[in-house]
Order: sequence, then structure tokens, then C-alpha cells
Amino acid sequence: MTLLLNDEQRLLRDSARDFLATRSPVAALRALRDRGDERGYDPQLWHEIAELGWPAAVLPEAYGGLGVGYKGLGAVFEQIGRTLAATPLLPTVVLGGGLLAEAGSTALRDFWLPKIAAGEALFALALEEAPRHDPTQVTLRAWSEAGHWRLDGDKQFVLDGHIADRMIVVARSSGTAGQQAGLSLFLVDPATPGVQIERTSLVDSRNAARVRFSQVQLDGGALIGAPDQAFAVLDAVLDRARACIAAELLGVITEAFERTVAYLKERVQFDVRIGSFQALQHRAARLHVEIELLRSSVAAALEAMDAAGNEAAELVSVAKARASDLSEKALNEAVQMHGGVGVTDALEIGFFLKRARVLQQTFGDGSYHRDRYARLRGF
Amino acid sequence: MSGSDTFRAEVRQWLEANCPPSMRMPVKTDQDMVWGGSRITFHSADQRLWFERMRDRGWLVPGWPKAYGGGGLEPRELRILEKEMRALGCRQPQYNLGIWMLGPVLLEFGTEPQKLEHLVPMARGEVRWCQGFSEPSAGSDLASLRTAAVRDGEDFVITGQKIWTSHGDKADWMYALVRTDPQAKKQQGISFILLDMKTPGIIVRPLGLISGKSEFCEVFFDAVRVPARHVIGGVNQGWRVAKKLLEHERAAMSTLSSGAAPSFDMLTIAKSYLDAAGPVWRDRVAAALMDQQAFSLTMRRLQELMLAREDASGVSSIMKLVQTEQESAKHELLQQLMGQRALSLDSEGFTPEELAVCRFWLYTKSYTIAGGSSEIQLNIIARHVLGLPT
Repeated sequence: MTLLLNDEQRLLRDSARDFLATRSPVAALRALRDRGDERGYDPQLWHEIAELGWPAAVLPEAYGGLGVGYKGLGAVFEQIGRTLAATPLLPTVVLGGGLLAEAGSTALRDFWLPKIAAGEALFALALEEAPRHDPTQVTLRAWSEAGHWRLDGDKQFVLDGHIADRMIVVARSSGTAGQQAGLSLFLVDPATPGVQIERTSLVDSRNAARVRFSQVQLDGGALIGAPDQAFAVLDAVLDRARACIAAELLGVITEAFERTVAYLKERVQFDVRIGSFQALQHRAARLHVEIELLRSSVAAALEAMDAAGNEAAELVSVAKARASDLSEKALNEAVQMHGGVGVTDALEIGFFLKRARVLQQTFGDGSYHRDRYARLRGF
Repeated sequence: MSGSDTFRAEVRQWLEANCPPSMRMPVKTDQDMVWGGSRITFHSADQRLWFERMRDRGWLVPGWPKAYGGGGLEPRELRILEKEMRALGCRQPQYNLGIWMLGPVLLEFGTEPQKLEHLVPMARGEVRWCQGFSEPSAGSDLASLRTAAVRDGEDFVITGQKIWTSHGDKADWMYALVRTDPQAKKQQGISFILLDMKTPGIIVRPLGLISGKSEFCEVFFDAVRVPARHVIGGVNQGWRVAKKLLEHERAAMSTLSSGAAPSFDMLTIAKSYLDAAGPVWRDRVAAALMDQQAFSLTMRRLQELMLAREDASGVSSIMKLVQTEQESAKHELLQQLMGQRALSLDSEGFTPEELAVCRFWLYTKSYTIAGGSSEIQLNIIARHVLGLPT
């Protein structure tokens, strides 16, 4: 085992970097935003990404998977962070594909995984209900009734919820909010009567949806995995997503930092380049230090997703907490060090700031993950 | 089995057979550490046994060439030995500044006679070294040092003062920076010289610190005669030797937790004080543990980069800064977590751990100053890694 990439993963990273630099630079996200695009992503870009095989990266090989592991996929997410490419990769592949692969029946897997690998089906995870992430707090009710399942309740912050072909809904089939036991997963067609989807556009110009489930009736086959027992598999798949988000944040942070250092080297005030001021040098050096520590933490979390050791959850929380906290500090510094131009919409730094803030809150910020880490370490 | 696997198995077998069980317990007090040198003191028979067995195998300095008394291990083998020692919890058989810092520069800059004269006894743990770099007016600006060495026949005559000399009162020899050309630009008039601490004219005085007694000393030189053959790397060429040595010092200070000071297990202590401290402190303890984990993962990544012969400069540049700041912050946290309990250095009515935490809270303040202060480390990162202009 190693924290470094192997040749195959390195090749994937390099090809992702080159592809995204030409096909989806930050300007592409700006264009999506400016034209008020309904979907919030570019289907043509997604089609090309599918041809490159990214959606298949971590799927089982029987379903067309590439076997480059989460270290490989994480390297792709880091590059996505560098150009802010808007893709359905996380909700569809990591969450949807992950939950189906881990908990779905053979029939479900055989039907959906090849479509996911080919980029032909989009998924979303309907999990969040409260202002802050905590999967144990789910209250959306599920109960069985004459051979059917019924769902009732509201979800928010459903990433790509407005474009998904299928949703996986986390519901409470027993117990009360705060308990791990009593959660179940359901596969829901958004066209089912009683499902109401409202798109919300977020500060990062990406999309999430609010979804209302009003006495929605599902057939018995909609249940994924065992009833009441979904927490363990949900949290394990969320950990993969958290590790990938930490990798994306690493890319966001690194790109913004490199642009900032370049600016410090060229911007002249008081007849000298401002990068010669020690006050700025030390702040930049501190960011470099934190980025190096984050890079190791992210690599270890991704490695743990591939190795599935018993420290995996701890390592993910370390990576997601550090990535979330550093993204706040590093992006605020990037704006501040750019001075006035830093708060203009013309400069791209603002896009990185906004994206980082959404990713910070996605599946747990620093405070959430320190709390989780403390529990895992027994205090 | 690959060559590495065979070597790993041999090493493990040898360590299992030769490292006494009591030498596999964590270092808790000064008595658990053996400092090499002419006045070497063992506090137990096992300490002596472990020291002698490692010495006879050349493993006090496993990575040095056999010709100079070392173990002749390749870098890959060295890493295996270190890893196996960590896995078994083996203590360092001895501590010696010479081995960590002087040895590597002697191997690089020393003449053959100099290497034979100094490396061989060092490899046997017979000479204890101290470092004479800092002066009262030459701290972070080390190159402004003024201790003068004037040529007189076959000797240099040294007059001046050094400060912050760790273990100066216990060392056999000193490696020092002296000014041999007062007219030259400051970096260019400096020589790197070795001197016997028994030479007449040397006075050593221990320094009291905020944490109480310390290993730091002041050293005064009054017309001390040192043979000119002890200059390393050429007269007035000492700065480049020193710069290299400081790199080794930074590297040594990057691994403080592996032995130079007693190390408290934060989690164990935290658990017994957290109930009285509340949720804010739980969050802070979790953050500090995450910091430690991120550091050790970075240490692992650094080693992997070096083994893969990839560029590791951006990573290695941060290690001294991070390790010393984390050690300092860790003791800051423990001291405050203990509340009213860690407010005494020496009184009755406190546990040994509480007294020790108070002492080390104060002592670790020196970590971020010694060996190039944190500010100097940030300068280095800004200029040499980020390439920011001067």
C-alpha cells in the first residue's frame, strides 16, 4: 500500500487534467450560470466523460468497472476541483452506483450498474432534511401497507435531484430521530405520483433540489437492502463520497492557492512586488504547509476506501474535516490577497470560494467530523 | 521471497532475540535515555546490553559505511530496520547529537583522516558531541556570529562566546562555527571547526529556563588553541557545511516524537480530564489528534516520495515547522485541559504526570525557536518552495 498514485492512476489523473483544461475550464461553469441553464450540467460533456470511463472507475469489474479504485477516482475529483467542472459524477456514480453495488439485489445491480457505467442513467441521494448534515436525524417516514411501501416527508439539498432518472431515498421505517437503527433505502422514480421536485440553485451555480414525498406509494421491490438496517451501508458509501469531496476540495484549494501565489509574484504596489512582503509570505507559506498536510490526509482516506481497513472512517473524517476547514481559510485568504479584484465577478477566484463553501457543508463540515472522529476514538 | 522480505525477516528475528523486553517499553523519563560519550551512564543492565549489541552490529549508525564503523545498510534496508524497531517498540540504544548532525556532514565534507579520526569513535558511542553555533547576538541571523579564530602556526586561537549549547556541560567534543576572516562578507569568513571540550580556556555554564533546569549551556572561549587540521570543509568555507548540517538538524527535529523527549499520549490523558472540561475541549482534543494523524501521514508520504525518487522538497520543507508547532500546541492543550492541576513544576499534591505536563508545556516553547525558528522556516518555504521574491 502507498499514498502515491500508481502508473495507471497517474495516467488517469493526467488525462483528466488535460481533458478538463480544454473541455471544461472555469469559463464553462460561468457560461452555465449566465445562461441560467435548466439542467446545471452539460450533457455533451458528461457523454464525453462517460467515454473516458470515469463513471466506471470504481464499479465492480463485472459491470464494466476499470478497477482504478478510489485513489484513481479521487485523482479525477481533484482535477474536477481545479476547473470546477459541473458533472453528475458524485451523486450518480459514488452515491447511486455505490449504494446499488453494496446493497442492491442482483436484479437491481444488473439493470442499473451497466447504465451508470455508460453514463446513461443519473442518480440522486435524497438524505438531508435539516440545516446540518447528520444521517441519524432522518425523519421522513416509510411504512409498509398491503404489500406496498409508502413514503411521507420532505428532503432538501438533494444534489442533482432535479435531473436524476432515479432517486435513492433514505427513510425512517422505525425508531426515532438520532438513532442509527430504523433507516431504510428506497429506489424511487421521480415520476411517481406524490413526488414533487423543486430545483434550488446554490451559490456555487450548481444544483440541488427540494423534494416533497406526499403519501408516495411504492411497490415492494423499491426497498434496497434490508429494512431498518441501512445506516451501516449508507455511512460506508457516504464515506466514499466524503473522501471524493475532500479530494475535490484539495483541487479547489490548490488551484486557488497557485493562482494567488502567481498574483503575489506579479502585482506591484509601493514599487515592489507584493510577494516580497514578509506578512504575505508567511501567510502563503502557512497555506502551503496546510495543503501538504491535507494532501497526505486525502490520499490516506482514498487509500482506506480501497483497502477497507478498520480505520477507514477515522481517516475519512480527518480528511473531510481538514479539507472543509482549510477550504474556508485558503479561499478567504485567496480573495483577501487578491485585494479589490478578488471580490469582482470578473475574477474566477470567487467561483472557487463559492464552490468550496458548498462542498464544506456537503456530508459534514469540520465540526461534524471532529465530533464523529471523537466518537470513533472512544471519547 | 524478495530480497527486502528476507532482510525484513532477518532483522525482526535479530531484534526479537537481542532487544531486551525492558528496552521495548516507551521512554518515560530521562533515565530511560542513554547518552553516548566518555561519561556514558547506564541505568540498567539491559540498557548496557542493548547498547553493546547494537554497537557491535554497527547499528548505532546503521546507514554509515562499514569502513567508519557503521552498519553499511542501503536506504531501503535502513527504512526496514527503522520500521521493525518501531513495530517492536525498540528504544534508541543511545542519543548523540554527533550522529544525527555532524556525522552526515563529515561523511560529505571530511577528509579521509578526519573521517577515520572522528566517525569511528562516534559510531562506537564513545564521544558525545555538542553544537556551538548560536551566540548572544547571532540567533536567527546565525551568520552574524563573532567568536573569533585567529591562525597561529599549526593552531587556531579561539575567543568568544556560544549560547544555547545543548548538553555543553556533558559533551566531549564540540563542532563550532567561528569567524576566521573578519573582513570578508559575513557568510564568507566563517569556518567549521571541531574542538575538544577539555582544551584549556573553555568555561561552560548551564542556562536556567522558564521550565527550570535545562540542557542548554553558555560556553565561553578564552584563547582556546585548536589544531587547524580540525577545520572541516576548508578555512572560510564553513557556511556551506553549516547549511547542510542545519538541514540535518531540521530533519532531526521533524521526528521529535520518536524519542528526544518523553512523549505523553494525548488521548489517554484527555480521557481522564475531559469529563470535567466540556464539549469545547472535546472538539479541541479531536482537532489536535487529527493534526497528529495528518503529520504522521505526511511523514509516511515523504518517505514514500523519497523511496520513489520523486521531488520531496515541498513536503520536507514543512516537517520541522509542523512537528515543533504541534508538539508545542499539544502541551499547551494538555496543560490547559488539566486546568488547575498542571500549574506546578515541583510541588507536593500533584501527580508526576501533572508536574511533567507543566514542565514540558514550558520546555516545548523552545522547540519553535531552536534549530531555525518557525519564522525562519516560513521564510525558507516562501522563498525556496513558493519562489516568492525578496
